[in-house]
Amino acid sequence: MSETATKPTIKTASALDTATASGALTNAPVAMDIKNYNLNFGPQHPAAHGVLRLVLELDGETVERCDPHIGLLHRGTEKLIEYKTYMQALPYFDRLDYVAPMSQEHAFALAVEKLMGIDVPLRAQYIRVLYAEISRIANHLLNVTTFAIDVGAITPLLWGFEDRERLMEFYERVSGARLHANYFRPGGVHQDLPPGLVEEILGFCDAFPKRIDDLENLLTENRIFKQRTVDIGIISPDDAFDWGLSGPMLRGSGVAWDLRKSQPYDAYADMDFDIPVGKNGDCWSRYLVRMEEMRQSIKIMRQAILEMPGGPFMVNDRKVAPPPRAEMKHSMEALIHHFKLYTEGYHVPAGETYTAVEAPKGEFGVYVVSDGSNKPYRCKIRAPGFAFLQAADFMGKGHMLADVVAIIGSMDIVFGEIDR
Amino acid sequence: MAFIDRGARSFLLWELLSGMALSFSYMFKKPVTVNYPYEKGPLSPRFRGEHALRRYANGEERCIACKLCEAVCPALAITIEAEPRDDGSRRTTRYDIDMTKCIYCGLCQEACPVDAIVEGPNFEFATETREELFYNKEKLLSNGDRWEYEIAQNLLADAPYR
Repeated sequence: MSETATKPTIKTASALDTATASGALTNAPVAMDIKNYNLNFGPQHPAAHGVLRLVLELDGETVERCDPHIGLLHRGTEKLIEYKTYMQALPYFDRLDYVAPMSQEHAFALAVEKLMGIDVPLRAQYIRVLYAEISRIANHLLNVTTFAIDVGAITPLLWGFEDRERLMEFYERVSGARLHANYFRPGGVHQDLPPGLVEEILGFCDAFPKRIDDLENLLTENRIFKQRTVDIGIISPDDAFDWGLSGPMLRGSGVAWDLRKSQPYDAYADMDFDIPVGKNGDCWSRYLVRMEEMRQSIKIMRQAILEMPGGPFMVNDRKVAPPPRAEMKHSMEALIHHFKLYTEGYHVPAGETYTAVEAPKGEFGVYVVSDGSNKPYRCKIRAPGFAFLQAADFMGKGHMLADVVAIIGSMDIVFGEIDR
Repeated sequence: MAFIDRGARSFLLWELLSGMALSFSYMFKKPVTVNYPYEKGPLSPRFRGEHALRRYANGEERCIACKLCEAVCPALAITIEAEPRDDGSRRTTRYDIDMTKCIYCGLCQEACPVDAIVEGPNFEFATETREELFYNKEKLLSNGDRWEYEIAQNLLADAPYR
């Protein structure tokens, strides 16, 4: 049997038997290829985070190829937006990354403002920053804790959702919906903050770091967690650039790139915060980056609340922003504006813009082309998760099947935005 | 000496035990869950739940069939037909909302110039069949009658911010 030890072929017992039975007994080895095993991971797998379908080519338990199939949640958002006025298009952005809805609205609102040349009132900018950071914490809480579930820890999820619930209450008090807020509008925000809300958010800012400490106590140094995440799915900074990764996926590899710092939008230029970066680019680094980002978000939220100026929360331009209800009931001109805005909407000057925000997952951008009418001519959405999924192949290659779960968990993918 | 410290902690399962101690300490905290059908979470006056068509205090329906809500609805969930009534006032003859299409964005209640269509505080309107979610004018008006007090209170509370 010693001559059969060439690498790609393995002589199996059954092959040997047939060779003997047919009488073709020579010294030449009988070769037979063993095919790699193809495994469908998802779309109904609980660790597939939604409707991800991965076609895995397995050599034993080692992943040779990792092929993501997407499109199961495709709703045609980009095309739908072409048939909606700018006001009607906004709720669709909530439904992209439904874990942190307001960050997506933010990108669209900024894009429309850029095309129309609107200066947003300072108070609206601060409210937006405050709620963008609330979204970031809500996103990271969900991601980190479900990541922990994927690698075998259930307690963080139970604790994390308590705080996520409080964040959703903040959403609900300001916009009326716990998830699909429809709150950031081009020109500002829809309604002002209700009384007593900032005090409660400040209370949350005081209490929440303790919860992060507790989660870190359970996870960061835990040997089971570290065995599952350290040195798994390593991304080098060069790879991260090549594959268009952004957000914690890029910062986990040690690249200090954050759109809030590099091209500050709204009031981020006034905020004092740090960009946490990881060292190794593995799943553990990305987890650590997200934990530290939550602490930085708390810092930004506190600044946004304490430095929030008074004044209007929406531009005082009746061609963009609807008049207040009291005015609409008494002034004929306001009523006409109201009717025009809610039927025809506003016309955006012809032009195009790519506007990106640092969403919790990474660079979320919208490319809006306007032809001067009241509806976008084209709206391309750049979802960070889509780029992450492309990296799944090289990250997963050579790892065990169970590590693919950890890699997907640390990628922070949400199918609302990937399939659009 | 760091490696001795680290080795000792590793050998004594320090991080596992401290994690266990922490989760054990959580056992003595007050539970945060609510006993749902009997206890409910808080809702703000802005909450956007089930739709309702309101009436004035004298029983006259508010809706004047201006069709702004139909025009602004991004999901095309609202269908309105209107014609003058016997007394000459313009009212709807048909006001349907397909609740399976509705995305609860709140644009209809923002658009309504007479506060007729509102999204009330009710979120418990699950049904056993799909057809029950195709609301007609009768159903929406009865919702309005049923939730009028809460809706009026909410609109009053939120009035300075609208």
